[in-house]
Amino acid sequence: MPSPRYWREIPTRLRLEAGRCLDCQKVVYPARKICPGCGGARFEATRLSREGKVITSTVVHIAPSEFQMEAPYAIAIVETPEGARLMVQVVDCEPNDVGPGMAVALEFRRIRKEGKSGILCYGHKAVPVR
Amino acid sequence: MRDVAIVAAGMTQFGELWELSLRDLFVEAALEALRNARVDHLDAIYVGNMSGGQFVGQEHVGPLMADHLGMRGVPTTRVESACASGGVALRSAFFEVASGMSDLVLAAGVEKMNDGADVTNVLATAADQETEVYHGITFPGLYAMIARAHMQAHGTTLEDLAAVSVKNHRHGAMNPKAQFRQEVTMEQVMASSLVADPLRLLHCSPVSDGAAAVLLCPLSRAREFTDRPVKIRASGFATGSMALADRPDPAFLDAVSLASGRAYEMAHLGPAQIDVAEVHDCFAIAEICVLEALCFTERGRGAQAARTGETTLGGRLPVNTSGGLKSKGHPVGATGVAQVIEIFEQLRGEAGDRQVKDAAVGLAQNMGGSGASSVVHIFERV
Repeated sequence: MPSPRYWREIPTRLRLEAGRCLDCQKVVYPARKICPGCGGARFEATRLSREGKVITSTVVHIAPSEFQMEAPYAIAIVETPEGARLMVQVVDCEPNDVGPGMAVALEFRRIRKEGKSGILCYGHKAVPVR
Repeated sequence: MRDVAIVAAGMTQFGELWELSLRDLFVEAALEALRNARVDHLDAIYVGNMSGGQFVGQEHVGPLMADHLGMRGVPTTRVESACASGGVALRSAFFEVASGMSDLVLAAGVEKMNDGADVTNVLATAADQETEVYHGITFPGLYAMIARAHMQAHGTTLEDLAAVSVKNHRHGAMNPKAQFRQEVTMEQVMASSLVADPLRLLHCSPVSDGAAAVLLCPLSRAREFTDRPVKIRASGFATGSMALADRPDPAFLDAVSLASGRAYEMAHLGPAQIDVAEVHDCFAIAEICVLEALCFTERGRGAQAARTGETTLGGRLPVNTSGGLKSKGHPVGATGVAQVIEIFEQLRGEAGDRQVKDAAVGLAQNMGGSGASSVVHIFERV
């Protein structure tokens, strides 16, 4: 990944910055110019809570080249208390135990490493709340 | 708008075609269509191609194909909508003829996937790079999440998923163009290796090379080229949320529903009038969700169709008589046009062992990504 592209996504990926639509109150993550709910264009910045619950998930066995060392791994769509949904890996647990309704915390983790000389890419992963 | 007909078709074998290049595939399919119609000139060409750039390092596909077909000078447009590229190419060709702008237009699709490219990564470019692919999701992974959501909401089972693969392989075993001309059993499907839980290898369409082409002209001129033209009754197209996380119900394909609603309205027909359908079964769960979005079954009831035989040849509404993407193969840019060729042959009574008796109206549904784009066409024997 070119470094400007990585840098551009830092507020979204590392700080979980989102937009709250001032017309319909929908929290949109990542932030957009136009609200996908009501078409409104006025937003205030907000941040997602670092918690949520699993909506649906899978366990990836055949992984993309950069993730082959980690397979099999669980990946899920998680909904935060603000109603925003994001796709994240679910770690620190048996991948097959991940399922709908599971409560998770979102933790700051390394997501991928791009070869020997590429940049280390960070973001969030989910871990089950016990 | 003028009425438009398909008058000829051409298609390569689908499979791992190591001896054929991207251009070879296109020329073989296109030439067959032109020869079947005894046509030596074209007004325009549309070529569906998802990713020549990433699969074989070739962009600017339009002029390359026209040049090698001996059609230098003819306006040629490459159309991209991921795995729906072929269907959208047909839609573009349909509009060009319907508008009165052109009379003879070729709609084709081509993909060369087996040439050393990292196919998993190339296909993943049809998902959202920033929010999905970054975290390690694959295409089977996205459909696996759709499958689990469907299982959770509607009680769909692993047997239901396997039944779709078994049915489509049964059909594909009768298709000489299919990549996998063999039947599979429920046990084989359910014991095949896991790709993305709950999807196993035999729930997934293969990596394929292939091309398909159809020739369009105004219905008023169709008899110059064939005695059995097939009329394009309708074309519906829609987009939906790119990221799976943004869909209110991950188990429902909104874009397919919208596209088919538009097609039914344009055709003044409903799902009950369809005799045969080709749908986008890139993964077994996709066929289940598509049947619901097309209103062939009630929402949440798509899983029963394959298991009860409703969608098998001889059933109430045969679906994917070609073998579908699963058995016939899925050269992504060509798929949408290949689906149309199966319907074209069914409506002309040329489908051989796969023939649906008295088929008069057919539907083809093609989609891109995890369902963020979908195109639906309805055809009628004339």
